[in-house]
Amino acid sequence: MKGSMENIIEVTNLTKKFKKFTAVDRVSFNIKKGEIFGFLGPNGAGKSTVIRMLTTLSRPTSGQAIIAGGDVLKDQDEVRKHIGLVAEKIILYDRLTAMENLEFFGQLHGLTKSEVYQKSLKWVKKLKMEEWLNSQVGTYSTGMKQRINIVRALLTEPDILFLDEPTLGLDPQTTHLIRQFIRELNGHGVTVLLTTHDMIEAGALCDRVAIIDHGKIAAFDSVENLKKQVKNKNNPTLEDVFLTITGTEIRDIAEGRTKIAGGFGPGMTKNNSRVR
Amino acid sequence: MFKIFRDLWQITKKDLIEFTRDKLRLATFFIMPMFMMIMVGFIFPSQNSLKNISIGIVQSQSGEIGQKLADSVASLEPTAGSKAFKVTQYSSIEAIKDGIKKQEISGGLFIPSDFSDKIVSGGQTEVTIVEDQSNPQISQMVDAILSKTVEGFSQALGAEKLSQILITVNSLPQNQEHKVSIESIMTPIRANIVGLIAGNPNYFEFVAPGIIAMIVMTAVLTGLAASIAREKEQGTLDGMLISPINRLAIILGKAFAQSIRGLIQGIIVMILAIIFFGVTIHGNVLLIALILLLGVFSFVGLGILVSAVATEQETATQLLFMFQFPMLFLSGVFFPILLMPPFMQTISKIIPLTYAITALRKVMVLNAGFSAVQNEILILLVFGIVTLSISVPVFKRVITR
Repeated sequence: MKGSMENIIEVTNLTKKFKKFTAVDRVSFNIKKGEIFGFLGPNGAGKSTVIRMLTTLSRPTSGQAIIAGGDVLKDQDEVRKHIGLVAEKIILYDRLTAMENLEFFGQLHGLTKSEVYQKSLKWVKKLKMEEWLNSQVGTYSTGMKQRINIVRALLTEPDILFLDEPTLGLDPQTTHLIRQFIRELNGHGVTVLLTTHDMIEAGALCDRVAIIDHGKIAAFDSVENLKKQVKNKNNPTLEDVFLTITGTEIRDIAEGRTKIAGGFGPGMTKNNSRVR
Repeated sequence: MFKIFRDLWQITKKDLIEFTRDKLRLATFFIMPMFMMIMVGFIFPSQNSLKNISIGIVQSQSGEIGQKLADSVASLEPTAGSKAFKVTQYSSIEAIKDGIKKQEISGGLFIPSDFSDKIVSGGQTEVTIVEDQSNPQISQMVDAILSKTVEGFSQALGAEKLSQILITVNSLPQNQEHKVSIESIMTPIRANIVGLIAGNPNYFEFVAPGIIAMIVMTAVLTGLAASIAREKEQGTLDGMLISPINRLAIILGKAFAQSIRGLIQGIIVMILAIIFFGVTIHGNVLLIALILLLGVFSFVGLGILVSAVATEQETATQLLFMFQFPMLFLSGVFFPILLMPPFMQTISKIIPLTYAITALRKVMVLNAGFSAVQNEILILLVFGIVTLSISVPVFKRVITR
């Protein structure tokens, strides 16, 4: 389902500073209802920090973010009712069974046990986890954990699903299953914000992407439009776009300071493909 | 308001289920208080600890009365069935000193060869107690017991002689109205010792309330900080933070789970103390529970504060160790606060554990009622309220950093 014109996420000049280090620097973008939005960037670019702010887990230093009509600072509980989060770290307790995990988090969202069961069952079946619901999560493989983790995030039937590198470290089969699942969810009207390093994944799933680098939005457009900006290559991939915009240098972040080996990459300067 | 309690209980329940699934943690949970109890119970001196201490006696030339004194030392039984001393005969005071040097014996009694003769002939005589200065605790005990035995023996001899004199004295005509008794001469004043409870509490009864309070409180303090830090590290805290529940429910839910664990440990310790170490609980059990609960309450704030500051489990544990270690010594668990230097006494007054232990001791040992511990209860309450009102806002701020 392609996005309608209504913005479900509106971010304006969002900034996060940790002491002197600016992790996210006046970031602005919007996400339309029903789209799959890709949030791309090198390690330490500020992707996760943005997600933490949008999901009320971290307070912005300045700027504004409106999620499903609610302000992340003022209407936190309202925002929380509309979002699901699959974070970098898997939000499940190893010593509880999958069902116990789902029940626990579901109950915190005000669901009863039977509601949790009903709501999770269809997702569990789609993600092929129904046989494992009564085993402790600690006995699972990473891929199995991630699938239950996604079910957990969907318990409240969120309007927006935040996926922070959902296929990182998973085998090709699970990755394929999860990507298919994301598409299907989106088909049901769920807006998806996805961060990834995987350019193939982003290219295959996302309607529009934002590339974030050094805490700033370096590019923000549909995948097709971004590809057009790569002039020195025929049939460029999203990876070409990414490297063109963020450069080829490896980023080392230590103690909040960014060190770049060499200057900026070939092609463009950092900001010249910014589209608002 | 009702929702906060429901959410809180969900978190408590979750924490406890998680905990019971961890077999190793569960095992240490039960073993730790037993270990603690057994260590403290057997290591610290009580009447039972005076058993079979090797001493040397020189008495071979000292005659019949000397022999009697030596026998009464050898047959001393502080508790029925177990002798205080294991006596070895030595030939001279030098030999006893040698024996102490070789650590064969922990002290000695030298009875001179003219001992009996001098007593029979109406003179005064003396014995020599040799002490092992390398071991002050043992030698203090040996000294005390030997001196007391010699003194008792000497008094008995004196009384025997006196009774013969008194027969003559009391038969005099001017003494017919008021006969003179042996006691009125030998011990004209007797000191009466009256306790508040029946029996004679041992050191363990002094320590037990302290250990119970300490175990409960360290369980809460370290348990809470470690458990919040662990959830932070693993990322599961985010799962709770992202749900539309009051942050207070998260903190209190976790604190409640730790308190339940702490109280269970406290009960284990109490039962062990009663069964194995003869501790009698004289006071009201409900009052004891109330004090423990308030003790826990007074500590929760500190636990929350530490877990807010520490980003990793290890940091939290280390930070807390820094608090706990001095607290153990300054709160009067093992040593009476009154015996500490004034500076230390002042510090001990700002530790909530001190008040919990004092109150617990009053109730458990002295059967004190509510009015006797109301000050401690009030202080614990204030402590809890103050630390919580500082730590909860700090925690709320820090977790959404």
